[in-house]
Amino acid sequence: MLSPLETNLPLQKLREFDPEAVEDAREFRGEVTLYVRKARLRSACEFLRDAAELSFKYLSDVTAVDNYPNEPRFEAVYHLYSMENHRYLRLKVRLSGDDPRIDSVVPVWPAANAFEREVFDLFGIQFEGHPFLRRLMLPEDWEGHPLRKDYPTTGYR
Amino acid sequence: MPLTLERIPGQEERVILSLGPQHPSTHGVLRLVLELEGETVVRALYDIGYLHTGFEKSFEALTYSQGITLTDRMDYLAPLSNNLGFCLAIEKLLNLEAPPRAQWIRVLLTELTRIQSHLVWLGTHAIELGAMSVFLYCFREREEILRIFEHVSGQRMMTSYFRVGGLALEPPLGWLQRVEKFTKTFPERIGEYETLLTKNPIWLRRTVGVGTISGPDAVALGLSGPSLRASGVNWDIRKAHPYSSYDKFEFNVPTRPEGDVYARYLVRVDEMRESLKIVRQAMDGLPEGPIKADAPHIVLPDRESMKTSIEALIYHFKLVTEGFHPPVGEVYQTIESPRGELGFYIVSDGSPKPWRCHVRAPSFGNLQTLPKIIEGRLLADVVACIASLDTVLGEIDR
Repeated sequence: MLSPLETNLPLQKLREFDPEAVEDAREFRGEVTLYVRKARLRSACEFLRDAAELSFKYLSDVTAVDNYPNEPRFEAVYHLYSMENHRYLRLKVRLSGDDPRIDSVVPVWPAANAFEREVFDLFGIQFEGHPFLRRLMLPEDWEGHPLRKDYPTTGYR
Repeated sequence: MPLTLERIPGQEERVILSLGPQHPSTHGVLRLVLELEGETVVRALYDIGYLHTGFEKSFEALTYSQGITLTDRMDYLAPLSNNLGFCLAIEKLLNLEAPPRAQWIRVLLTELTRIQSHLVWLGTHAIELGAMSVFLYCFREREEILRIFEHVSGQRMMTSYFRVGGLALEPPLGWLQRVEKFTKTFPERIGEYETLLTKNPIWLRRTVGVGTISGPDAVALGLSGPSLRASGVNWDIRKAHPYSSYDKFEFNVPTRPEGDVYARYLVRVDEMRESLKIVRQAMDGLPEGPIKADAPHIVLPDRESMKTSIEALIYHFKLVTEGFHPPVGEVYQTIESPRGELGFYIVSDGSPKPWRCHVRAPSFGNLQTLPKIIEGRLLADVVACIASLDTVLGEIDR
């Protein structure tokens, strides 16, 4: 499905576009993960969407991973897809545990809207520039973010 | 306070209407907030979460094999597709492949799942637009497919029949004949549905030109599956990234350029015919051989071997009490479910339980296009538009 790391076209092109954007890259089972610097996320996403030979016009998924108790605690995860090249790409951004915030990618892909709301709801990550950042799954007055690893799973709170 | 729309100053005469969540036309518990100017929808907002059960949190407390039972309950109209996506993701993580016979049976069953899911969609879609009898016809055939599922797995809906590395059991004797009987009668049944609807003037007036969305808009909003293909975008994961030996089957991917409710109807009806073709090929070319991969540290041993082999008994004990240990890593596996791109993202920390399991539900992406589709249209068309997207709230809320 995905090409190995050394010949990975999105990685090469993104490095040409902005040498600072990618801080780390990994490959596992043929899937490539690019760790993008938080400040460069939106420009990198715009580039990946618009570059003619990449054209990641479809945002498949946005989610997050909680690595509690390690720091940086959160990872925002984006799965992009290019229908022209039949290629998936995973972007990750590392976020600190206290006050996790990140730029919203809704201006790049409108599809991110509900996905980012879900991550905000269940992980408590703030997406700056999101047009309607409200809880999606849980009631508005719910306390806490259930998919965090330190959220109690049994008993009454 | 439930979610609502803020009134725009100077537009106080507009009605803010809450549609659902217990409305029969919303296919589950979906709530819409609509701002109406007369009978025209000006703005729309959807409110979900009524079925939120925290499946993604539950995955973290169950072993990988136990997690399969949760996937049935997400998209309850396509349990076998969800089983398949989850098993394929774990198999990718383990670098394990199911044997050919298991892959063929998986293809056969997921295509039957696609047919029965489309039958539920067609029946309910028609009933909402006032065509009662189509529903009864569709559920007649769906019932037979559910019996086929029950015959092979013991369950009509919550099948959990696919396991990591293969299948739970060898299909029982007489099961294939039953599938064959179904494939012989079903083509004329599709003809019956088409007789009732395809050229029906009332159906045409309710669906043609209604709820139109262009291909680029649909891609940007995350639409996938048959609804996307009805907007002229030819993207099917079975063709683009063949999994479970789909590259060995011959079938067409129906597309339509119009992008309206009628096009989505035609694409799904054609898909049922194509799925039937795949079922026939899977039946005719079904290979002999084992149904489980040869990986004793992952796949449960046969009952018989446990009575004669101490190793099998030890493996069984270890797998049941502890589970298997996949390597540290992360995978994202997508499949073409009846509703579109179904993705499983699994992060493993090397323990027998996933560190994180996220489900990219196709209906979740598809529902985002709903406000775009219904804004500017009549209230009466809203019901047709919801039905044409074929959302399942179980997998949206998870």
